[in-house]
Formats: sequence, structure tokens, C-alpha cells
Amino acid sequence: MNIKLKIWRQKNAQSKGKFETYSLNDVSPEMGFLEMLDYLNQELISKGEDPVAIDHDCREGICGSCGLYINGQPHGPEPKTTTCELRMRSFKDGSLITVEPFRSRMFPVIKDLLIDRSAFDKILIAGGFISSNTGTAPEANSIPVCKKKSDKAFDMAACIGCGACVAACKNASAMLFVAAKINQYALLPQGKVEAAERVKKMVAKMDELGFGSCSNTYACEAKCPKGISVSAIAKMNREFLHAKIVAE
Amino acid sequence: MTKLDAKIPAGPLSEKWTTHKNNLRLVNPANKKRIDIIVVGTGLAGASAASSLGEMGYNVKVFCYSDTPRRAHSVAAQGGINAAKNYKNDGDSVYRLFYDMIKGGDFRAREANVYRAAEVSNDVIDHYIALGVPFARDYGGYLDNRSFGGVQVSRTFYAKGQTGQQCILGTYSSLLRQVDKGTVVMYPRYDVLDIVKVEGKARGIIARNLVNGELERHSAHAVILATGGYGTVYYLSTLAVNSNASAAWAAYKKGAFFGNPSFVQIHPTSIPVLNEFQSKLTLMSESLRNDGRVWVPKNKGDKRKPVDIPEEERDYYLERRYPAFGNLVPRDVASRAAKERCDAGYGVGDTGLSVYLDFKDAIEKQGKKTIENKYGNLFEMYEKISGENPYETPMRIYPAGHYTMGGLWVDYNLMTTVPGLFSIGESNFSDHGANRLGASSLMQCSGDGYFILPYTISDYLADDIRTGKISSDTPEFIQAEKNTSDKIKRLLSINGNQTPLTFHKKLGKIMWDYCGMVRNEEGLKKAIELIDALKEAFWSDLKVAGKADELNQELEKALRVADFIELAKLMCYDGLNRKESCGAHFREESQTENGEARRQDDAYSFVAAWAYTDDENPPQLHKEELVFENVAVKERSYE
Ligand SMILES: Cc1cc2nc3c(=O)[nH]c(=O)nc-3n(C[C@H](O)[C@H](O)[C@H](O)COP(=O)(O)OP(=O)(O)OC[C@H]3O[C@@H](n4cnc5c(N)ncnc54)[C@H](O)[C@@H]3O)c2cc1C
Ligand code: FES
Repeated sequence: MNIKLKIWRQKNAQSKGKFETYSLNDVSPEMGFLEMLDYLNQELISKGEDPVAIDHDCREGICGSCGLYINGQPHGPEPKTTTCELRMRSFKDGSLITVEPFRSRMFPVIKDLLIDRSAFDKILIAGGFISSNTGTAPEANSIPVCKKKSDKAFDMAACIGCGACVAACKNASAMLFVAAKINQYALLPQGKVEAAERVKKMVAKMDELGFGSCSNTYACEAKCPKGISVSAIAKMNREFLHAKIVAE
Repeated sequence: MTKLDAKIPAGPLSEKWTTHKNNLRLVNPANKKRIDIIVVGTGLAGASAASSLGEMGYNVKVFCYSDTPRRAHSVAAQGGINAAKNYKNDGDSVYRLFYDMIKGGDFRAREANVYRAAEVSNDVIDHYIALGVPFARDYGGYLDNRSFGGVQVSRTFYAKGQTGQQCILGTYSSLLRQVDKGTVVMYPRYDVLDIVKVEGKARGIIARNLVNGELERHSAHAVILATGGYGTVYYLSTLAVNSNASAAWAAYKKGAFFGNPSFVQIHPTSIPVLNEFQSKLTLMSESLRNDGRVWVPKNKGDKRKPVDIPEEERDYYLERRYPAFGNLVPRDVASRAAKERCDAGYGVGDTGLSVYLDFKDAIEKQGKKTIENKYGNLFEMYEKISGENPYETPMRIYPAGHYTMGGLWVDYNLMTTVPGLFSIGESNFSDHGANRLGASSLMQCSGDGYFILPYTISDYLADDIRTGKISSDTPEFIQAEKNTSDKIKRLLSINGNQTPLTFHKKLGKIMWDYCGMVRNEEGLKKAIELIDALKEAFWSDLKVAGKADELNQELEKALRVADFIELAKLMCYDGLNRKESCGAHFREESQTENGEARRQDDAYSFVAAWAYTDDENPPQLHKEELVFENVAVKERSYE
């Protein structure tokens, strides 16, 4: 198939950036979206132009590195699919595809399609852990955990930290990302001990960094490649309220 | 040729580690604050080591190439992590786990290390549970286990098909907790390109800041490499595309010996190559072979749809050749059998380079629902990539480069032959012999980082409590930085016609053809010639777009490929030297009448540890003789 690409080009964090249009022929529908961009890059290099910078690594939807705005949607048109899992067969021959970095004030562009998502690490550094030193753990089966809760904790822990939720949200809210972590730990007896402290610290950090608030549009859930449910946010709000009440 | 001293402690196998720990020197809390440690890598090995060392009070700097430590390739592990808990009451024990690993590794691993890995496996699981890792549980709320990798007990802990991701989130959270406490400083988006030695000891690194391209010198009292495997030497593999050997290669060139470089596990069930631009081979978990049946048509070049080929015209070749183990034969055996059928012209798909993995019978017997519960996410992943629905038509699979048993040679203390330079996780050679048993890598990486290295490195550092800060302004650092900077300049000034990717693909093909699943003398010699020619072409016709002082992914690739080319040659030397077949290393000259691997214990019961000489001369071989005092060395037969 033959396609046209409209791609965001930006030399570095300081420069302004603009769209460039490229034509690419003989794209195979079997190709992954990133492989299509590899192909484009080889073409650009052979013409003496600068290749497009992109974050990527595992190329199988698990590391969370990749993340592009494709035709206005984080990770493109398919549900529960990361950019690297997307195949060219999702597009029609002759189509024009617009490719941008995740559009969010919280994720500044470093170069072209590559962004800075370090704000996520900062939120987790504030409290996204269970304080257990190596060597202190009791025997693994000494605390049984109800299977239902444990399965739910897994569903919450499935987040790959790609940032699609923030990119999809008009307020640049990180509520789904934070709520998933809060819930994972709150559901487990090991994480319960610090639950109140954790939610207060992480929410405070999220606010301090400038992430927006949630106005219930559910755009985050719709674009989460791991299908994490917005019900997490309501639960986090309850945890937060509870933590405040306990504190006062 | 010298004999290597692995520093294995004396005493009975089961007491070695305890005795050793009791004899190791310690560093008191006040002195720990005066000691700096560099960790390269944030996979299970690096993150677990860094967080433990931080908890102990050392100053730790951690480097990784990704934008956050959580993305290390350990995230991709699907199947599970082993431990000798014996929760299933099926007769498992530390000894059995040890034995299965030694046998699985085809008697080419060091007994004492393997036993210790099995011994600390239970602590690893305890710790992950304490960190909130949601491993699968049964209805009583206790941890569930499954059988994995063709062993007779169920000892594998798992979190759906995402065990690696969940373990990483555990180690990453403990790492971030130390960042919060100020004991660990993170350096994401850095490529570590050289190791700096001062007075014979590893005292730091040269790293390139990937955002602005600047080279930085970082000093420390010890350096730990946890940089993962080098399977991307094949270009196409199940590894993350940026996985690389550069830090390990730099260590080798600075005097660290490389152990068994040719030992690579080729995984039998990956999605086959579908197009010429393919950049990655996605693994389909081994667990699929518990229910899927592998077959090819009995007639060469049969182009019918698989569902139209009647039962009697299908060759279930694994069941035919290995009636006792059938579809569950070990990875290396399954991989070679697939290659044999495809080479003989029975392969399926456009390229003829794939075989069927069929769930028809399993679905008929157990119902679609059960199969969906077991493998739903894998089936979905397969369909996303291939566009075919495995509930209706068999999957197509083919072997792919997957795991490197070879790596930096380390002694019992996990130290390389360079004092103060340690290597843990997949980057070292230590625990898996000639073939790794499923679910034992996550276990080894975590054990190394959480429960072994923190003890052994303290013994080394006990000598450094009065050393004081290591300066990074010494001639050694300045020279190392200059060497790296010269190399970058040279790469950028070639101005040829071929991109790093082109060279990487060519190298991958050479390695896959001659140093892959099956090797022979002629092929390996030919590969060495081809690699030499490729190296020459690389340094005269390479084209690297962009500049040094900016974010430049082409330059990153070029630096990696330059090292892969050299490593590839070492792999061929090693494969050539080892004239026996063992585990994943299959030398055509050394096989039985039935085409099975023939080990030659009299001549090859050693670890081949290679020392760098210079760029012109071949590497020097050192041998670590393997002594088996606790197991009877046996033929590995699956017929
Ligand atoms: C698809 C797949 C599935 C697997 N499934 C299983 C399984 O089910 N069970 C099991 O036990 N094992 C499994 N394995 C093997 C296992 O996942 C790996 O062996 C293990 O995770 C390696 O961990 P590590 O910590 O050694 O390195 P990695 O997790 O690979 O981490 C390497 C780290 O080093 C950094 N790094 C590398 N080079 C540099 C450099 N030059 N400069 C700076 N940083 C650098 C990277 O950024 C990264 O942080 C699987 C492997 C693959 C590929
Ligand atoms: S590259 Fe890892 S999730 Fe896309």
C-alpha cells in the first residue's frame, strides 16, 4: 500500500517544531506501525535527511516506551493496543496518517516524537511502593490473600506507564495512572499498612507537578492499552477521603 | 592457557553459601556512607541490587538507556519464576531445583552457583510478595504454581502472562523508594560505553547522556553490570530492540573474561518472520506446548490451508520422534526439530520457515472456554500480530534467538576477572550452563541482586573504607573519555552509504545461518571470514545521520552494532573451539545416529572463558574445569 504521513518534527526541546509531509510507497499491511517508521527513516537517511526520533524498545506492548498520537488518538485507532502493536492493516491504502508525540503539557517534547515522561516516576517516588527492606519479608504464604482481591490487584498493576491516559485527557489528568497504583497496593494486606500515607503523598505530588483534575470523560479508560477501568479513580477518591478523615 | 579460580568455598554443597556468608567481611554502617557503587541496568538484576545496596546505606548511582528504570527488558518475561517452595507437596526441594537446572544446562554449569541460586529462590518469592507483586493465587488465598519447562514438579510462580512486568514493578518500586531516601540516584537515558580501570581495579564508567549527547565520567569504588543478554546479535530476536552488549563488551576489552559466548538459547515458539521489515520476533509462551500440538504436512510443499489437511497427512514430528516427552521436549530439542523439518522442505507459510502449533484437539477435549482461560491473552497477542485467529486455524511458529547463557565470566562472588567489576543477571554466564531451564532466569536475576551480591560485594569493599572518594579527573578517566569520543567521531566521519540497521541485519543473518541452532566447523570458519569482511565494510561504508552532541538514535545504533560485530566473532571462535554438542550448542560433527546431541565430557567439561588480546589477534582461551561432586553426570535423553 501507499500512504502519506504528516509527522511532527522538532529539533529539540527549545525549538518550535512543525509538521512535515512524506509519501511512503510499498508499505506492507503486515508491518507494524514502528516498522513502517523504520522504513521511512531508512528512506530519509538515504536522501540525506534527519530520521524521525521515536521512543520504543520491546515492540510487543509491554514496556510502555512507545506512544504516539496517531490521527489524533493516543496509540491510534485500535482499542487496547499500543503503538508498537498496531499493524498497517488498520489503515487504508492511500490514507494520510498524522503522527504526533503524545500531546500533553505534562510530557514536554525532547525531539520529534520523543517525550519526557519523568513526571510519572516523580509521582511514584513520592510513595508508590511498599516499605519493605530486602530480608524483612515473612514467608510468602503466611498471609493468604483473597483470590478476588489479588486478581483485582493484578488488573490494576497491569499499567505499563505509557502515559496514554494523560495524553487522552483534555485536563492532562494522571488520575488513572495514580489510582491504578493506589488500588493495587490498597487491595493487598502488604500494602494496607501505608495506604493512607501513600494516597496523600502521591496525590499531593501529582497536584504539585501540575497534572489536571478528572472531569469524568473516561477518555483515559478508552485509550488505556491495558484496559484499566476508571472505577479505580472513584476508589482512589474514597481512599483519599478516608486518609484525610483518619488524619484529622 | 591458565586455569581459572572460581573461588568456590569448601565444604558440603548445601553448606557452602552459609559458611561463605559467615566468613565474608562486612562494612559497618558509618563506612558504607563513604562508599560509592555504580549499577548499570535496571532489570530484575540491576534494580534489585541497587535497591538492596541503597537500603544497606551505600551511595548508589544507577544507569539505564530507557527513559525510566521500569522499562528494562525483564518486563517481557511471560511465563514465570521458579522457587523451591514445594507448595504443591510434589516432592520439590532445593536439591531438585538445583538438579533440574544442572541437567537442563547439560552439565556445563558450576554446581556451587546453581545450588545457591536454588537456595535463595524461596527468599526471592517471599520478598516479591512483601513488595506487593500480585502472583496468581488459588481460592484459599494461597499462591498458585504451575509446571513449566518440562520438569516434573510445579514450582513456577506466575502473574498471568506478565510475570516479568510484575516482578519489575516490584523491584522498580523498591528502587524508587531508595531514590526518595536519597541513597540511589537515577541516570535514565544514558548509554554506558566504557569501564574505567584505575590501578587494575574498576573505578568508574564513561556514559553518554542520550538527550544531549555529552560524555560523562562517573567514578565509584565498584561497578556492577546488570545489562542483560546479547541475543540481539541476531538482529531478529525476542529481546527488546535496544538490548545491547556494549557495556559487557567494554568490560571484556578491559580485561573481563567472557564465558561461553556461543551458548545461546533459541526459543522454539516465536511468531515467525512475516515481512522483510520485521524488527522483532514476538515470543509465544512455552506454556502453549502443554496443550498445543506441533505438526507439519507429510507432503512437501503442501499448500492447502491447515484445516483442510486431513489427520493422516499430518506429521506430528515431536510426538513421532520423542514419544515419551512429545510436544514438551526441551527448548533446544524442539527448536532443532522444527529447523530440521523446514530445511527438509516441509515448512509452512509463504517463506516455508514455520510450523503449526495446533489447539484443535485441546479445544475439542477441554472446550474453548478452558483454553481461553489458560491462553486468552496469548491468543489475542498472536491475532494482533498475524491477523489470524488461533481458535480457528493453527498458530504458525518458528524458533528465535532468545536468551544468552554465555556472558561475563564471574567467580562465586559474582566478580569478573577485573577486581571491583561485578556482573549479575543475564549479563553473566554463571547459572544456566549450555541451556537455560524455563522460569529460572527471573529467579537468578532477582537472587543475584537481592540476596547474593549485597553480601559478596561488601567483602570486596571492606578494603575500600579508607580509600576516600575516587576522582574522575585522573588520566585514566580522561583517556577513557577520549577513546570513546574518538570512536564516536570516527563513526560520524565515515560518511559511507549503509546505515547501522543494514549492517545489523547482515550480521544477524550471518549469525543465524552459521552460529545459530546448528553449527559446524566449515560454517563457523566461513562466518568468521564474513564477519571480518562485514567489519571492514562497516568501518568504511557506514552512514550515521546526525551529530554527536544531540539526541541521535542512529549514532546509538552504530555504537551498538560496532560492538555486536566484534562479539559475533568471539561467539564463532567459541563455537568452533567446542567440538562437542551440549545443550543449545549443537555441533553437527558431534551427534548420535538418531541426530541427537552428543556431549563429550572427557574433552569439554569446562567453561570456556575468553580473554581479549587486541583487535588483530585471536582471543585467548582460559578453562574453568567443571567438577561434579554431587550429581551423576548423565546423558540427556528425551526419546
Ligand atoms: C520475551 C522473553 C520472555 C522471557 N520469559 C521468561 C520467563 O518467563 N521466565 C524467566 O525466568 N525468564 C524469562 N526470560 C528471560 C528473562 O526475562 C531475562 O533473562 C531477564 O529478565 C534479564 O534480566 P536482567 O536484569 O539481567 O536484564 P534486563 O532486564 O534485560 O535489563 C538490562 C538493563 O540494562 C540496561 N542496559 C543495557 N545496556 C546498557 C548500556 N550499554 N548502558 C546503559 N544501560 C544499559 C537496560 O537499560 C536495562 O535496564 C524471557 C526473556 C524474553 C526476551
Ligand atoms: S515498544 Fe514497548 S510497549 Fe511499545
